[in-house]
Amino acid sequence: MFAWAVVTALPLIWAVISSLKTDEEILNSPWSPPSSLHFENWSRAWTAASIGRYFFNSLIVVGGALVLTMLLGSLVAYALARYRFRGNRVVYYTFVAAMFFPVFLALVPLFFVVEQLGLLGTYHGLILVYTAYAVPFTVFFLHAFFRTLPTEVAEAAFLDGCGHGAVFFRVMLPLARPGLVAVGIFNFLGLWNQYLLPLVLNPDPERYVLAQGLAALSVSQGYDSDWSGLFAGLTIAMLPVLVAYVAFQRHIRAGMTAGAVR
Amino acid sequence: MKHGRWRFLLAALVPALVLHVVFVLSPYAQAFYLSMTDWTGVAGEAHFVGTDNFARLGGDTLFLDAVRNNAVMLLVVPAATIAIALFLASMLNGRRPVRGSSAYQIVYFFPQMLSLVIIGVLWAFVYSPNTGLLNSGLRAVGLSGLAQSWLGEPSWALIAVMAVVVWSSVGFYVVLFSAAIDAIPRELFEAATLDGAGRWATFRGVTLPLVRESVQVAFVYLGILALDGFVLVQVMTVGPGGPDGATEVVGLSLYRTAFTYGKFGYATAMGVALFFASLTLAVFALRWGRRNQVEMA
Repeated sequence: MFAWAVVTALPLIWAVISSLKTDEEILNSPWSPPSSLHFENWSRAWTAASIGRYFFNSLIVVGGALVLTMLLGSLVAYALARYRFRGNRVVYYTFVAAMFFPVFLALVPLFFVVEQLGLLGTYHGLILVYTAYAVPFTVFFLHAFFRTLPTEVAEAAFLDGCGHGAVFFRVMLPLARPGLVAVGIFNFLGLWNQYLLPLVLNPDPERYVLAQGLAALSVSQGYDSDWSGLFAGLTIAMLPVLVAYVAFQRHIRAGMTAGAVR
Repeated sequence: MKHGRWRFLLAALVPALVLHVVFVLSPYAQAFYLSMTDWTGVAGEAHFVGTDNFARLGGDTLFLDAVRNNAVMLLVVPAATIAIALFLASMLNGRRPVRGSSAYQIVYFFPQMLSLVIIGVLWAFVYSPNTGLLNSGLRAVGLSGLAQSWLGEPSWALIAVMAVVVWSSVGFYVVLFSAAIDAIPRELFEAATLDGAGRWATFRGVTLPLVRESVQVAFVYLGILALDGFVLVQVMTVGPGGPDGATEVVGLSLYRTAFTYGKFGYATAMGVALFFASLTLAVFALRWGRRNQVEMA
């Protein structure tokens, strides 16, 4: 057990330590600690290697997609879980079936759909595609959740003269908060770590998301060999995830594994 | 209550459905037709070629390398990940749990949070022949004979990639299995102890049968993961997919055929092949699940 903990943590710690060394130290003594801390590697990675710009691109795209996914996904899940109408099951399975299809199957046609719509390499194009691919899981997860919520409160709100929309936003959404948080975390991680979709749909280096930027950096690194800069970029990319994990680790683990067993 | 019901339903469903149809369903549907054309991306230049693309796949050595490698991953990755995760989870929970169990789970789980690109770049460094963590570690403990160019040797490259997949997924399944083991009534473990069962007998007789459902879920998830492998291979390996096709995977073949060579029809045929592989996997997993449910009932 301890051995596995070491195997897990060692490469990560090694990367952080290497990000504070000079190139020379990295090449000559991979295991030793830095003689002095070179934080300038980080600022060089942030500005010169554009990690900062990729970071903000990721924030914009993932932020937009997350808000849209949660809004649309919870609306669909609620409507399907709480209303009986013709075609309800068909719509539900239309969404859920998509979860089990490999993205690779859709990749080529998707590229041309996005191109035809003039959305290739745009923020809003990526946001819409990310959302479209994140909604099925969100519907699946929240559908089960909305079914478990009590109906009495919603009925009382109807009697008080609330419309359907008001019942959803004022009563049901607040009640569903634990489920929303869990699926929101899951979606955030999935979208933040997305690589295949941007690789195909987002060719403009100015708009690269963090994963694309890092991959490009590690390839170009063969030519400029800025080892410490690349380790610094890697560390910068890991840090927000580490911070979020340390702060919410219990929720994250519970939410993600709950999503798996459902 | 009838008032505004349909208006609300339309407003709730239509936007998501439009996105779903345009970006998800229509590409999936188009793929099946495209896979039977010789389309190279020039509008109006696609000709229907029937199953020619699929016949060509059978003679495409690089694609067959990819299929072989995905098949190896499908056999190795789920088995190795589940074995390690089950071992760790049963040590951390159940009878005589080890101290600091939750701290271990926190550490194990962390790689699950990282993007595969980060993991790939990181491990490419770890495996780096001269300055990497692995080789310099081996040399430091006097095992320099074992040092390799891990990603450069055809016989080691796929193993090196699979090790990373296992490394990054074990934590998730430790947490999943831990939750399942936690749900087992403690009396069962106590009864096993009274019967004089050792750790291994308890594991086989009590723990394993009662976490079976979680293990099944794990197999499905890891199977899907093993049919992919694209990101790690693309980021880590030489070529990528090398050396000499040793780490080629179907996703990479597809991506390269489409977006480097512009053979969109042929690439989509690879996607369809991958789809049928996943479908077969899912059907097997579900049937296996149903049979076990009957047994349990």
